[in-house]
Amino acid sequence: MFPAPFEYHRAGSVKEALSMLRQFGDDAKLLAGGHSLVPMMKMRLATPAHLIDIGSVRELSGIREEGGKIVIGAATTHAQVETSDLVRRKLGLLAECAALIGDVQVRNRGTLGGSLAHADPAADYPAAVLALDGEVSLESESGARTVKADDFFIDLMTTAAQPGEIVTAVRFTPPAPAAGYAYLKHRQPASGFALVGIAALVTLDGKGNFQSVRVGVTGLCAKAFRAKAVESALAGKGRDAIAQAAAHVTDGADALSDIHASSEFRSELARVYTRRALEQALARAKS
Amino acid sequence: MRVSLTVNGQRREDDIEPRTLLVHYLREVAGLTGTHVGCETSLCGACTVLMNGRAVKSCTTLAVQAEGAEITTVEGLARDGKFHPVQEGFWEEHGLQCGYCTPGMIMMATDLLSRNPDPSEAEIRAALEGNLCRCTGYQHIVNAVRYAANKMRAAKGA
Ligand SMILES: Cc1cc2nc3c(=O)[nH]c(=O)nc-3n(C[C@H](O)[C@H](O)[C@H](O)COP(=O)(O)OP(=O)(O)OC[C@H]3O[C@@H](n4cnc5c(N)ncnc54)[C@H](O)[C@@H]3O)c2cc1C
Ligand code: FES
Ligand code: FES
Repeated sequence: MFPAPFEYHRAGSVKEALSMLRQFGDDAKLLAGGHSLVPMMKMRLATPAHLIDIGSVRELSGIREEGGKIVIGAATTHAQVETSDLVRRKLGLLAECAALIGDVQVRNRGTLGGSLAHADPAADYPAAVLALDGEVSLESESGARTVKADDFFIDLMTTAAQPGEIVTAVRFTPPAPAAGYAYLKHRQPASGFALVGIAALVTLDGKGNFQSVRVGVTGLCAKAFRAKAVESALAGKGRDAIAQAAAHVTDGADALSDIHASSEFRSELARVYTRRALEQALARAKS
Repeated sequence: MRVSLTVNGQRREDDIEPRTLLVHYLREVAGLTGTHVGCETSLCGACTVLMNGRAVKSCTTLAVQAEGAEITTVEGLARDGKFHPVQEGFWEEHGLQCGYCTPGMIMMATDLLSRNPDPSEAEIRAALEGNLCRCTGYQHIVNAVRYAANKMRAAKGA
């Protein structure tokens, strides 16, 4: 099993990749880690005529602190995120999420930007990036812009990134050190993808009640989303409110159904994992 | 298209089609058939090799993505006719039956021990999550990795 023929181009910089994107237009695809694209090309579900490899573009990879934010380059691998001291200390939720993606080999190749751009409905990162209020940096030949995670995921494998745009980085404002978090997923046993994945990030007030709650949901629907009904049901409330609030995760959700899980089963998983993620986040939070 | 990379310490340059997968490059161009093709769908880990020291599935990596990289396959582990401790572990602890998964298991274990010289059983099992074995039931594979870990730490005088 191998891909259909294509022409391969190695970009040395973002600028070069952007000019290649313009030159080859709709016939071209960017290649980062290749751990979503290459399997699709082997199955001939994707047959791009040109591949533009951004995997060795130095400026796209790495993790740094910049004006109080943590900036993670698009081509940074899951393994680098999972093991970064900075991410573990300041964005524990993201490190916890990265560590649960696929298996070691997948994490050694797959990248943050590739995962977000691909927007697989069962991908893990989108849930954590939504809960952490991440900002996706995009660059095209006409300039750079930033899209909040809330506005980035549009539909099944569809994002706010336009043709001719490259995801260059994701920016995060670290949550307060006292915040509690959890990423929990129910794995599809073969691939490890999330049948349902829930990211919860909470802060508490002086009485130990919820002050702020953010819940990112992946796997349940065609796109990852924030469970705003759960978040608002918990404002100012305590532990006792979790079970009832968690049930709201499926409010208005058009749950996916496939050979791995019916929409009823996915919905039930979402309610249970939302409850568990909130309980764990609360237990880890300090008031 | 021209690729140049290092395989088991030897520099190579070859002309290949860009769509050549790393596993096919290793087996058919470099003639190293120790790396196996199992599922072809990124799930079984039989094709695992080290790329710049880290385990990757070579059925899911294009050879052109390995430009300039150092690749290590199971053929590159033995030194002076002597098994690498991980290979020795699989031999001593009966870590294989049919042997199909073994090269991938050995390369994944080698990656693990380079990062974590004293892994717990849970850590070994987590590291081998992307490697499937249809024969052994895994326990002997875990024992083999423990054997290698002990042997490598002893050799370091730890
Ligand atoms: C066996 C297996 C198990 C997996 N399990 C999981 C799992 O449990 N959870 C999970 O979340 N994922 C899983 N994955 C997917 C994996 O995380 C992918 O690596 C990731 O989704 C895509 O990242 P990539 O760098 O490999 O992207 P690529 O495959 O290189 O690219 C994917 C798509 O994104 C586009 N793209 C890439 N980079 C950019 C960029 N910077 N800007 C704009 N567009 C870009 C490409 O053109 C392509 O369309 C699994 C994959 C495999 C093979
Ligand atoms: S052959 Fe590569 S993972 Fe199975
Ligand atoms: S020994 Fe036969 S598949 Fe593992």
